Amino acid sequence: MLTTPVLDYNLLAPILIILGGALVGVLVEAFASKAYRVRIQLPVTLASIAIAFGWIIKIHQLYSPSAAVASVSIDGTGIVIQGTVLALAFVALLFIAQNDHFVPQAFSLPGSEEEALAISSGSQMTEVYPLVLFAVSGMMLFPIAHDLITLFVGLEVLSLPLYIITGLARRRRILSQEAALKYFLLGAYSSAFFIFGVAFLYGFSGSLSLTAIHQASMTPGTSHLFLSIGMIFLTVGLLFKVGAVPFHAWTPDVYQGAPTAITGFMAACTKVAAFGALIRIYYVGFSAVQGDWKPLLTAISIVTMVGGSIAAIAQRDVKRTLAYSSITHAGFLLVGVVALNRAGLTALMFYLVAYGFATLGAFGVVTLVQDSTGEVGDIQRWAGLAKKSPWIAIAFSLFLLSFGGIPLTAGFIAKFSIFTAAYASGNIAIVVVGVVSSAIALFFYLRVVLTLFFQEPTSDVVTVAIPSSLVKIGLSITFAMTLILGLYPNLLFNLVQSLSNLLV
Amino acid sequence: MNILTFTILFPLVGTLAVFWVPQRNSRLVKMVALGTSLITAALSIAMAAKYHSGKTGFQFVESHSWFKAFNVNYAVGIDGLGLVLILLTTLLVPIVVVGGWNESENGRWSVKTYYLLVLVLESSLIGAFAATDVFLFYVIFEAMLIPVYFLIGGFGRGDRAAAALKFLIYSLFGGLLMLAAVIGIFVISLHQGSGTFDLTTLSHLSISHQTQDWLFLGFFIAFAIKAPLFPFHTWLPGAAKSATPGTSILVLGVLDKVGTYGMIRFCMVLFPDATKTFAPYIITLALISIIYGAFLAIGQKDLNSLIAFTSISHFGFIVLGIFSMTSQGLSGATLYMVNHGVSTAALFLAGGWMISRRQSTQVDDFGGVQRITPVMAWSFFIAGLSALALPGLSTFVSEFLVLIGTFTRYPLAGVIATLGIVLAALYVLYLVQRALHGPVKAGNEEMRDLNLREKLAIAPVIAGLIFFGFYPKPMLNVVNPTTTSILSHSSIVDPTPLAGK
Repeated sequence: MLTTPVLDYNLLAPILIILGGALVGVLVEAFASKAYRVRIQLPVTLASIAIAFGWIIKIHQLYSPSAAVASVSIDGTGIVIQGTVLALAFVALLFIAQNDHFVPQAFSLPGSEEEALAISSGSQMTEVYPLVLFAVSGMMLFPIAHDLITLFVGLEVLSLPLYIITGLARRRRILSQEAALKYFLLGAYSSAFFIFGVAFLYGFSGSLSLTAIHQASMTPGTSHLFLSIGMIFLTVGLLFKVGAVPFHAWTPDVYQGAPTAITGFMAACTKVAAFGALIRIYYVGFSAVQGDWKPLLTAISIVTMVGGSIAAIAQRDVKRTLAYSSITHAGFLLVGVVALNRAGLTALMFYLVAYGFATLGAFGVVTLVQDSTGEVGDIQRWAGLAKKSPWIAIAFSLFLLSFGGIPLTAGFIAKFSIFTAAYASGNIAIVVVGVVSSAIALFFYLRVVLTLFFQEPTSDVVTVAIPSSLVKIGLSITFAMTLILGLYPNLLFNLVQSLSNLLV
Repeated sequence: MNILTFTILFPLVGTLAVFWVPQRNSRLVKMVALGTSLITAALSIAMAAKYHSGKTGFQFVESHSWFKAFNVNYAVGIDGLGLVLILLTTLLVPIVVVGGWNESENGRWSVKTYYLLVLVLESSLIGAFAATDVFLFYVIFEAMLIPVYFLIGGFGRGDRAAAALKFLIYSLFGGLLMLAAVIGIFVISLHQGSGTFDLTTLSHLSISHQTQDWLFLGFFIAFAIKAPLFPFHTWLPGAAKSATPGTSILVLGVLDKVGTYGMIRFCMVLFPDATKTFAPYIITLALISIIYGAFLAIGQKDLNSLIAFTSISHFGFIVLGIFSMTSQGLSGATLYMVNHGVSTAALFLAGGWMISRRQSTQVDDFGGVQRITPVMAWSFFIAGLSALALPGLSTFVSEFLVLIGTFTRYPLAGVIATLGIVLAALYVLYLVQRALHGPVKAGNEEMRDLNLREKLAIAPVIAGLIFFGFYPKPMLNVVNPTTTSILSHSSIVDPTPLAGK
């Protein structure tokens, strides 16, 4: 007799809404005429994200370990992470909606006859929208997954669409395709590590559930050999995704090659989702054996903070600089994981929100700075931008100052709270290293600010494109969030604090 | 909202007003900025009138919750130390506005931007001297660097962008070390009851010796960079060389005082044991600053960097007075902060006018100015005399107190510091001789003397230098009770005079 599993659709609804939206998008691709696709896709995508977000707010007090037969656990942390992913994805889509950033056909070069032909026949990259939604659904499943298989499924669902969209940049096709291939190969590689670790953990505990692994690790007298091996491989797989040193090598290439709006989406949302999963795995699955992984993760956090910030100094390309900056931030976020206390959990979630909005905003600005051949990557050519468009320069500087953790920005509160959590857990060394690498990181953020404000423009070709109204809204949201969360952090911090709980 | 908060916020209200003035009407922008700074000054004087100098502890206290999760409050209050420094700030800003009426014209950005930045800086300086919440202080301490960065980089001369970046990087680096210490002391308060940033509560924590040492260093290095103390001073000459005279007055005259203020308010009060441990080393650094700054000042050819190096020497005296840990030394150091602010203002104002007329910063390009522009030359001369602490000028009183205070505890240091006075006479008189006297150098013949606006700006500065030189009592009355209570809190006792032994 086969019993059907009981699913709590109310709690799973946000993911299902996103998946539904993605399927509608696929149908639109198949049946709607080319001329109407953009006009249908964007509202459908934004609406499904907005509805899912509304639903999250509705259920934010309902927790359940058994919404889908114990394979996901809906709790405060999961809700916050899911909500963050949705909010960030919504803003990211406002930037993605600038259609001329995606190639209409895989082989067409910008400005070529093939491209003109493809565009005149109405072929546009509207499949970006359903692909983004599929990725978002994976990002929502990943952080709430409570067993290792669901975790793996979430990881793959979020990764596969990203591999495709990475290769869709309209300009610098080769770079974009190389980035996509690199991302795919290394991603597949890290998935292999991940699943290898899963196998060992299953061998250790006889179960795939995080709770069971936790309980097995508390049984006295068992050998922890398989646990340690499994844990290390699992960690490697996850650290690939968050781009921690020494698993970061793909990050600058992929960030540079991908269409910039997509880079922003990846940098913000993937990191949020991956840290959501990391939190659950370490705070729930491995919390009893912290002696086994804390030193390892501490070391990785330290080399990531220091390595990322030092490497960033040598960069000349804006996107690569931001990529290294995101690596540095992975290191700061790991400080919160290592803290392993409730303050650390709260700080991590606040940090993810602050970092996510600033990242989206920064990449959003990058999409606007252009010359005749497309976006301008070379930071030297941004010189004197403040004179031409002061508000864009001010916004970009605010995002950078927030990355640098200057007071009165959201990044400062985030950094402060995460360091406080680490200090309270007794890990003072990591705080000192964190502070020093913040100082190194500040150097390159400030150098960019200096280029924008204090250098004379080197060429007249570089201009700031007039932002579409959607981009304006996106920049305003990210700007306001970065500033408001810095001036009055209570708004979000208290909420996150009240929701920082995990079902064991 | 009490008068202290009102004084802090009023310049920000002024920025809103400035913001709405049309950019073209730069005269109106200046008038609004001047009006704002004058009203702020009036507010602070009204506050000073209501201040009870006999009482110890903070007055005009106000507290509102700001960031609940970490028990951060907008908490302000002043004692004698804070009051005199706030008065210094609010009185110097109008003088800077009047004295440097035209210096914002040739900047990278509009006149409006300049005054917006100046007013934001004024508000944050007052806030820094009033904050009684360590987190609030830290936030202001860091945030006020941003307006200074744009003031130097946007309106200065020469290699201004590099100077601005160097200033910012140094300060932020120090600030981040301080952040680690701020977090440290918060966590300690968390372990000993409830987490707080309230200065008074934190000063009663019991912290082990070793922890105190580390936290002390975190705070101290940040303040030593800001002060600036040898060997953390290297950002200063560049910044002073590039900044406009007005910016230099605000940076050297007031902003840097946040460093020495912090040494008293935070280092000494929060970590008394570590203060005693490190005092001999810090005094050594202070002595090096005094002598080194003076020697370099003698050799400078650039007028602005000459003034900057004299300041390094003077900051050595201030730090010496603080860490002599005697009541005379500490009161002297506090007075020194105010007097140095006034004296630097006089030097940069007069020097700035000379430079803008001659279009050169080289000391050797001047010469014989005394005969052509007597009023300007006399102003510069008196400013110079105040830098060498001539008796009869206010700087003498403070320098004398610092030396007495140092001598009672560290006689050798007192003796060495006295050399600084001799060297000061050398660098000032040598400068005066080269720049003001002698035959008239080519190019100086047509120089105009001070106009009415400039006279109005320098007159109150010189009057202050002379008045407090003869009658320092009003300031000492305000400062002494505070220094006494700070020393007794840190259980530091003045050494018994030798004759009493």
